[in-house]
Amino acid sequence: MRYLPLTPNDRQDMLATIGASSIDELFVDVPEDARLDGPIRNLPMHAGEMAVEAHMKKLAKNNSAAGDMPFFLGAGAYRHHVPASVDHIIQRGEFLTAYTPYQPEIAQGTLQTLFEFQTQVARLFGVDVANASMYDGSTACWEAIVMARRITKRGKAVLSSGLHPHYVSVAKTMARFTKDQLVSEAPTLEAATDGADLLDQIDDDTSCVVVQYPDILGRISDMSALAEKAHSHKALLIAVVTEPVALGAIKAPGQMGADIVVGEGQSLGVGLQFGGPYVGLFGCKQKYVRQMPGRLCGETVDAEGKRGFVLTLSTREQHIRREKATSNICTNSGLCALAFTAHMTLLGEKGLRDLAMLNHKKAIVAADRLAQINGVSLLNESFFNEFTLVLDKDTRPIVRKLADQKILAGVSLGRLYPEESGLAHGLVVAVTETTSDEDVEALATALEGELA
Amino acid sequence: MSMLTEGRPTKQEENIIAPDSATLKTHTGNRALMVDEPLIFETGSPDRSGVDLPAAPTVETRLGGLDRDEPISIPGLSEAEAVRHYTRLSRQNYAIDVGLFPLGSCTMKHNPRLNEKMARLKGFSDIHPLQPVDSVQGALETIYQLAEWLKKLTGMPAVAMSPKAGAHGELCGILAIRSALEARGDAREVILVPESAHGTNPATAAFAGYKVEDIPANADGRVDLDALKARLGPDVAGVMITNPNTCGLFEPDMKAISDAVHEAGGLVYCDGANFNAIVGRVRPGDLGIDAMHINLHKTFSTPHGGGGPGSGPVVFSEALEPFAPLPFVEKTEDGHFHLVEEETAEDHHESSFGRMVAFHGQMGMFTRALTYMLSHGADGLKQVSEDAVLNANYVLRSMEDLLEAPFAKSGPCMHEALFSDNGFANGLTTLDLAKGLIDEGYHPMTMYFPLVVHGAMLVEPTETESKAAIDQFIGALRSVAGRAKAGDELLKSAPHFAPRRRLDETQAARKPILVWKEPEEYAEAAE
Repeated sequence: MRYLPLTPNDRQDMLATIGASSIDELFVDVPEDARLDGPIRNLPMHAGEMAVEAHMKKLAKNNSAAGDMPFFLGAGAYRHHVPASVDHIIQRGEFLTAYTPYQPEIAQGTLQTLFEFQTQVARLFGVDVANASMYDGSTACWEAIVMARRITKRGKAVLSSGLHPHYVSVAKTMARFTKDQLVSEAPTLEAATDGADLLDQIDDDTSCVVVQYPDILGRISDMSALAEKAHSHKALLIAVVTEPVALGAIKAPGQMGADIVVGEGQSLGVGLQFGGPYVGLFGCKQKYVRQMPGRLCGETVDAEGKRGFVLTLSTREQHIRREKATSNICTNSGLCALAFTAHMTLLGEKGLRDLAMLNHKKAIVAADRLAQINGVSLLNESFFNEFTLVLDKDTRPIVRKLADQKILAGVSLGRLYPEESGLAHGLVVAVTETTSDEDVEALATALEGELA
Repeated sequence: MSMLTEGRPTKQEENIIAPDSATLKTHTGNRALMVDEPLIFETGSPDRSGVDLPAAPTVETRLGGLDRDEPISIPGLSEAEAVRHYTRLSRQNYAIDVGLFPLGSCTMKHNPRLNEKMARLKGFSDIHPLQPVDSVQGALETIYQLAEWLKKLTGMPAVAMSPKAGAHGELCGILAIRSALEARGDAREVILVPESAHGTNPATAAFAGYKVEDIPANADGRVDLDALKARLGPDVAGVMITNPNTCGLFEPDMKAISDAVHEAGGLVYCDGANFNAIVGRVRPGDLGIDAMHINLHKTFSTPHGGGGPGSGPVVFSEALEPFAPLPFVEKTEDGHFHLVEEETAEDHHESSFGRMVAFHGQMGMFTRALTYMLSHGADGLKQVSEDAVLNANYVLRSMEDLLEAPFAKSGPCMHEALFSDNGFANGLTTLDLAKGLIDEGYHPMTMYFPLVVHGAMLVEPTETESKAAIDQFIGALRSVAGRAKAGDELLKSAPHFAPRRRLDETQAARKPILVWKEPEEYAEAAE
């Protein structure tokens, strides 16, 4: 077996040192009636690289890869070009096969990249501090709601109807057990976000208002009034960003008064990967830092006065505080955070702004082309790289049919909101730098065929 | 081409005194391959980039007047600089690829590179989670196959694949337990957790809205069955037991514990962090366990990546199966793979406690774990646990004359060996020993955990170490342990040879600096 170095002789020598006559003696504590005698039945025996590779390739082949066809899906996961060097960097064995940096003297590589990551995320979000990552955007969003409860000592969270339905679903699952109260509705097909409605929902029982920016339908609106209203009731504004590239073009949530900003960092460095692993981003104002969940990397000095980095403020965390911890999170998404930070470093501010503008303007061109089709209208007045089309037919069957024709047309709102018949004609379309003019034309032609 | 060495001195001249390498200064402060690397904020600039992009179409923006007009202040590097930056940083890291990584309860085994190659096949890496299911049948089948392996290896009838890591899996298990109890109108409030448990266990129970109570360990390092039985009652929802436990021992009373908890109306959660010790030797399903998470990033070799991503599927007993979270993959009779989400759950999975995460779980980890399982097969996986346990016992018996092993008399250990700092002289501690091991070229073992042993040192060599590598490690550990018992003062200032000396964690926590600021901002803050 290629991964196991011990030889039969080694095993005999080691058993002799231990003073055991057989390996079975080492498992003496396992009750006899629970011991297994041979290998587990109905599973294959070991296999070489070639055989395993053939098995996995067969599985991989039975999927429609986004890069092989016109592709327009977004809704919380975006296809961007990842520079070749990013994958090289994260495959350095010293990063890939390291553990959480609990021994900082021999983990400065991981720690310094985390410090750089935290700084980039904080600047991108326009907040003071950020942590070393969460699992993903949806769990980061729930953790932000819990954090707001801790800070305000109130249990009512007001969720925007523009928040990703999976994020809402995660929050609802958790709130059922924690007895938090959630105010939440499905979106409606209107050009304006629900900002005005949310203002009326904020009261003295409210811990936080949670707003996605850009929202699930791709709409963007100023959150300043919400922040002001929330603060006047001593509640917090939580902003959720599922497409961080947008923040190269539009104002940072922190600039509009958001207290906590969370997000999904998958867009930069990570890739689609069928939904995971992704990387949760989590930032907030300095005054709330001790209420944050997750790991934090901080700067310090070593015994010779040299600058170095350590995990810090761990008295918030489960391994010290146990049941009184701010969260149960332990392993986070370190390697995806490295991919994110490496991609961001390769972009720099100029590259990020250029990338964002490229996405935005390509999306405008695509939106206008698609809106010319009879039976198609564009919902959004403003958007970043994702917009909602309203068709004069149910979009879900069309998306399925086009997928069979090797066009991945977007995310139907019927898939995201199966209960909401009023949304069945909505199609969320994302356009990135990877989308070509030919892709847009292929989608337009196919939609014309379906709607004729 | 060979290098011309003629005329060069091949040994030091006798009249040149060799400088003391500890005090010799270099112009840069660097020492050959040990090179300090500045932060990107000190070397990069916002107008530099390592990415070339095509020009954008010339159209007016539609950003609703929300254009980002202030500087973002994120510096960029060219590709050449970026690759060097991260490569230099990587060399300041210890990793499995560099050496034996005996971190107890973390299972730092070799990460096969075939796993990485397979995860990068475009049919896995370049598919969107919301594509129509007919266009991702291979991905769903991959999840289904991995689920089947996990069910067979654990002897459990169901598995939830979406949890993102171990602690998230714990949460999944505890929410299923709570749902099952609530479904029978039984609002219990307390979860019992052994004092030796990993910190995530009590944190998880609290995160799910439970009160947490400790159960003590007995003198053998195992759960005190009598104390547990005495505490069980109508308010106890369940227990969270780690088996093999954090003292490195199998809980021989596991079945009796499960029976007692069930009899009292509760349910049994098992922390599967240490599953690597028992794969193919015993199935948790035969021990009365109702839910157990499996760390794919421990037992099934997906890389730890400097702190994640992990993946924590949870296997369930029949009692908990109906409450498992969404989504999950089903295979229909005609061989089609179907994704059960909120919409379709209503038909035949109405008791599910709901969704814990956007999308479907850690696909990139599933492909790696399945690749690993196929490589080992049923026979190889059994050999894995046997070699892991053999290696740990070999360390235990090679050290117990020098380092106190508090439970060595309890019998063989599982895949990790536990020692205490009893007998260290001159105020030396476990931390000092750990830092001494760094100088010897090793990542230290897990320190000060479990909490039930003073100055605990938990050593998990894993099965992917050769006998020679373990012998060398034992030699280093014996040397440092001997110095600790002899009171060697030099250990207090170790490590001496790492990229950094001991770091001031108190200062880091007292006035946290969590993001980089321009030097003038520091100066202002100090005023």
